[in-house]
Amino acid sequence: MKICIPSRGPEIQDLVDERFGRAPYFIIHDTESKMTEAHVNSTAGAMGGVGPKAAQFLLNHGVDSLVTERVGGNALEALKAGGIRVLLYEEKGSTVADAITAFLKGNLKEQ
Amino acid sequence: MKITIASGKGGTGKSMVAANLAWALSQSDRVTLVDCDVEEPNLHLFFPPDDPESTDVQVSIPSFDNSRCTLCGDCARFCAFGALVVAKDRVLFFPEHCHACGGCALVCPAGAVTEIQRPIGTVTTRHLSAHLSLVTGTLNEGEVLGVKVIREAKRCAAKPGWLVCDASPGTSCPVVETLHGSDFCLLITESTPFGIHDLELAYSVTSCLGIPVGVVINRSDGKDEDVRKFCNERGIPVLATIPFDRWIASVQGSGDLISRVDPTWKERFIALGGACRSSVGGT
Ligand code: SF4
Ligand code: SF4
Repeated sequence: MKICIPSRGPEIQDLVDERFGRAPYFIIHDTESKMTEAHVNSTAGAMGGVGPKAAQFLLNHGVDSLVTERVGGNALEALKAGGIRVLLYEEKGSTVADAITAFLKGNLKEQ
Repeated sequence: MKITIASGKGGTGKSMVAANLAWALSQSDRVTLVDCDVEEPNLHLFFPPDDPESTDVQVSIPSFDNSRCTLCGDCARFCAFGALVVAKDRVLFFPEHCHACGGCALVCPAGAVTEIQRPIGTVTTRHLSAHLSLVTGTLNEGEVLGVKVIREAKRCAAKPGWLVCDASPGTSCPVVETLHGSDFCLLITESTPFGIHDLELAYSVTSCLGIPVGVVINRSDGKDEDVRKFCNERGIPVLATIPFDRWIASVQGSGDLISRVDPTWKERFIALGGACRSSVGGT
């Protein structure tokens, strides 16, 4: 299963970014292979519609779950339509690694 | 003669100047006043209620035929505004992000996109007197394409005589759209440090567009040296000064126009129109 965490930087030690569409990086972690890849969010600086654009990126990369602090209405609709689960992770100041651990424990709330 | 009334920020009395100028000029000439502050039009409040004619402003938005769509993703890749997401089984469309550019219909290789009309606002025309009409653009709540409503309002207002356009406050796209095609711009300011800063912003927009300007100082407390210095240094004429005055405030507060109740002010606004005209070299 592939999970995505919006992040401030390209490493798993970097902080989670609380803004889904505006996050500079998306870290995608594969829970089976334990592989982690960092992608630059190329639409983070766009004028508008960043939420739907970010949702499209996740759909294109076959992500199964998004772990994020918050997500806008349009992005949420797009993610749900694409069958991507949205899990809320609201610990301030956490790293991507912390978010992955929290996901693996399995007690994140689904939006 | 097309004049736009603008200011770097709200609350400077821009609408008051626009309404007075239009009313005063309409005593002898044909005038069309255009309310281009489409998110919060207010000029009609200066005039008695009447029975206006309204038309819808429509934009073309895409409609997707799922039976033809191959989910290739080209439309969403093309859309610069994030209005489209191609999901596993269909295209999702977020109309409030759509700028009605028509691009998705052009790029779709399967012919799955057609265009349909969607109303986003209205243009209302009021005939206030034999010589004065007011055209009001109104953007429906939650819509983003104010510039389309402004364009349509200006199109409906294109008549011989004076055209006085009241822009929205600030310096964003709607203001640029309002200014487009104007012969002259009146910048309304107050004589505070903030006022000068906002004036500077507004002036930078009109200079970019190459539109000549004049300044009206509103609610002046008599200490206008800084604004005048700013204008002098740039060769901007100060065409009128409206004092901070209890009587003026009370006339406005009651929804009336100082040019309608006081012949002196009527003459001053007529002179202001004349000054605008001579600034652009007209007669
Ligand atoms: S018309 Fe333009 S802005 Fe609207 S969805 Fe299509 S590509 Fe996007
Ligand atoms: S471009 Fe046309 S065929 Fe491709 S996903 Fe969009 S609507 Fe479907």
